[in-house]
Amino acid sequence: MEEFKTVEVETDLLIIGAGMAGCGACVEGAHWAKENNIKVTVVDKAAMERSGAVGMGLSAINQYQGENTPVDYLSYVRQDLMGLCRDDLVMDISRHVNGSVHMFEGFGLPIWKDADGNYVHEGRWQLMINGESYKAIVAEAAKTAVGIDNIIERVFVLRLLLDKNDKNRVVGAIGFSVRDPIIYVFKFKACLVSSGGAVHVFRPRSTGEGLGRAWYPPWNAGSSSYLTTTAGAEMTSQEVVFIPARFKDGYGPVGAWFLLFKASATSATGFNYMAEGLAEGGELHNWPPYGEVKPIPTCLRNHLMMIECYQKGDGPIFIHTDKAIAKIAEQAPNEKAYKKELKKLEAEAWEDFLDMTISQAILWAAKDVFPEEGPSEIMPSEPYFIGSHSGASGAWVSGPEDIQTGESKNEYFWGYNRMTTVKGLFAAGDGVGVSSHKFSSGSFTEGRIAAKAAVKFCVENPEMPGIDAQQVEKLKEDIVRPLKHYEAHKNFTTLGTTKKKYDLPVEEVNPNYITPKMALFRLNKIMDEYVGGWGSMYTCSAVTLNIALDLIKLLKEDLSKLAARNLHELMRCWENVHRVQIAESHTRHKLFREETRWPGYYYRSDFKKMDEGKWGEVFVNSIYDAEKDEFKMTTRPIVHLVDIKEVVGM
Amino acid sequence: MPSFVIEEKCDGCKGGDKTACMYICPNDLMVLDVERMKAYNSEPDMCWECYNCVKICPTQAIEVRGYADFTPLGASVVPMRGSEDIMWTIKFRGGTIKRFKFPIRKTPEGEAPPDGGFGVGPGTLDDQLLFTEPASLRADKLWTLGD
Repeated sequence: MEEFKTVEVETDLLIIGAGMAGCGACVEGAHWAKENNIKVTVVDKAAMERSGAVGMGLSAINQYQGENTPVDYLSYVRQDLMGLCRDDLVMDISRHVNGSVHMFEGFGLPIWKDADGNYVHEGRWQLMINGESYKAIVAEAAKTAVGIDNIIERVFVLRLLLDKNDKNRVVGAIGFSVRDPIIYVFKFKACLVSSGGAVHVFRPRSTGEGLGRAWYPPWNAGSSSYLTTTAGAEMTSQEVVFIPARFKDGYGPVGAWFLLFKASATSATGFNYMAEGLAEGGELHNWPPYGEVKPIPTCLRNHLMMIECYQKGDGPIFIHTDKAIAKIAEQAPNEKAYKKELKKLEAEAWEDFLDMTISQAILWAAKDVFPEEGPSEIMPSEPYFIGSHSGASGAWVSGPEDIQTGESKNEYFWGYNRMTTVKGLFAAGDGVGVSSHKFSSGSFTEGRIAAKAAVKFCVENPEMPGIDAQQVEKLKEDIVRPLKHYEAHKNFTTLGTTKKKYDLPVEEVNPNYITPKMALFRLNKIMDEYVGGWGSMYTCSAVTLNIALDLIKLLKEDLSKLAARNLHELMRCWENVHRVQIAESHTRHKLFREETRWPGYYYRSDFKKMDEGKWGEVFVNSIYDAEKDEFKMTTRPIVHLVDIKEVVGM
Repeated sequence: MPSFVIEEKCDGCKGGDKTACMYICPNDLMVLDVERMKAYNSEPDMCWECYNCVKICPTQAIEVRGYADFTPLGASVVPMRGSEDIMWTIKFRGGTIKRFKFPIRKTPEGEAPPDGGFGVGPGTLDDQLLFTEPASLRADKLWTLGD
């Protein structure tokens, strides 16, 4: 094993992860930092140009307010999450988001326009874009803003460091280069965690080579949650998973098909489950008040599909792309216009895939699928953790000072916008809970909001805090342990002697260690079978959740025996440590909330109904004590800042 | 295997210690075999098929073969990414070929202005305005509770 050297980086504000939220933080933070003589550094596990969830591209911007008000948006979000939402956080992003979208256009992002020069809306909140280079363009602006000397790429941050004398104050971070044997120790006044949500905690539907075909990118390993949780920050709504229903296997987007092309979906025998669910006496009326109002919440749309597929056995669900295209094209006045319209729709439909889920385009081509000729299957995926979209898990953060009532201010405001309950620790994007539906544009916006507040924190707390040298030395040993563990035990068993073309990592059997991939599979199996993955039809109970906790405890012990053969595998080892943390947090939250609030995301078989009286007015929060390895569960009140008279649709 | 390198086209990016595909892969999958000066995808089952290695490769040495556990063989989706647009060629298993061209950006590469062209607004650290506001909102003022 090569000797590791240590590089120390001293800065004022460290941005950890430069996806959309981190890039927003760079753009905004750099401005305020320059004005106040503050140093900003950004660190990313990959290359900013294509890191994070938008790395492949996107075909739409899903949060743009246009002429709608923040109260309108709030009405939609609160409805979609079955009442679970922080009004202050959602309206804060909403009031700023138009500005961020206009800036994207200024950066050079092509946004579709109609003949009058107005944005083309996919739905009420969604804009169509030519988004192949969305992330590259936004990252370019972010990199220019912070300056090339302040960017550290290919460094994976593993853990935050706390003040020796004040365990509620973050003062540093530690990580390593995934390319060279270097440990990085960061010292700072404040940091902003924008390290994404989590994929591959639950078993994915694809197997073998397709393991990487997740809806959300496989490189998002729950690092935001891990970093904030293990620093002692209060976390919220970790029980909420997001399950997107997408084109089967490729996970191609359905938004354009449903919203722009107005496609319908039915069960195998043609049952229009959404219309029937809404009709008098339909299933949705079992979930008042959220089921009775349009738009139908995302989880309930899944729920209706799951009834068709798993209860009635009338799957799969078909999306009728052919009928949608025919209906639009039929409106053309003549044959020539019809052909032109059909060609335009075809290009739009394929761009939707090519911009953001190229796998789906390959799959359609490989199966000779032509959407104008017949329907396609859609299917609910495996569960994901994401503070954005229709998810809600993440850090519990302070809101803005001005969007509060007297009552909410006591609960939701503690000095700095988007600061967690740990001093100096800020969060944004998929790392922040109960500020759902921020998507790419809202995540960028939340990064901006958080970075401005973090710079203010640095200005008002000018003394550079000291790190605990002893803790750093111990963590340095922990970080490289999987490499040492491998070296110590690798010769105990034999490995195949076939001459390989390259030095491909082959799975090894060794009683002294487990490889990161096997640790991943072990976690996936536990979560899928006991915590409500697709393999258990999204269902769990106190009994299964407690079994999962026992198995997770054993897995956590075995994580000290992870083995890595190179730096890449060392990264995989630590990603799985991050995943296991959010898995446990999620399981404990699910156990604590004794109801089924999000059918279609998960079902508690021992509490089949939504209990609005007991659970409708609280968030489930938790605090983790890293020294004792203990979770403390708690609730926080849901305080409504405005009365919603009417839900504004999609 | 998701993205793969065509042996005879790859030149290892001509002797740099880091190839273009290694630079860009968001999941750290691409590796250069320095003895043979050929790159390869070291962990195909963690590939998202994001195509960033395909798009960036200077010798068009990287392509994607759909995930073998659910994608029949015989199709290909190949991009040619320029500075302003991208051209996609889709070859179906049955022989159909479709070609699409889409714009990718409207500013020259390297010239995305961090303020989006809106300049610096009147905000201070103590108020709620982000630095480009209210101009970037295309509104007179920022919304607050009670508006």
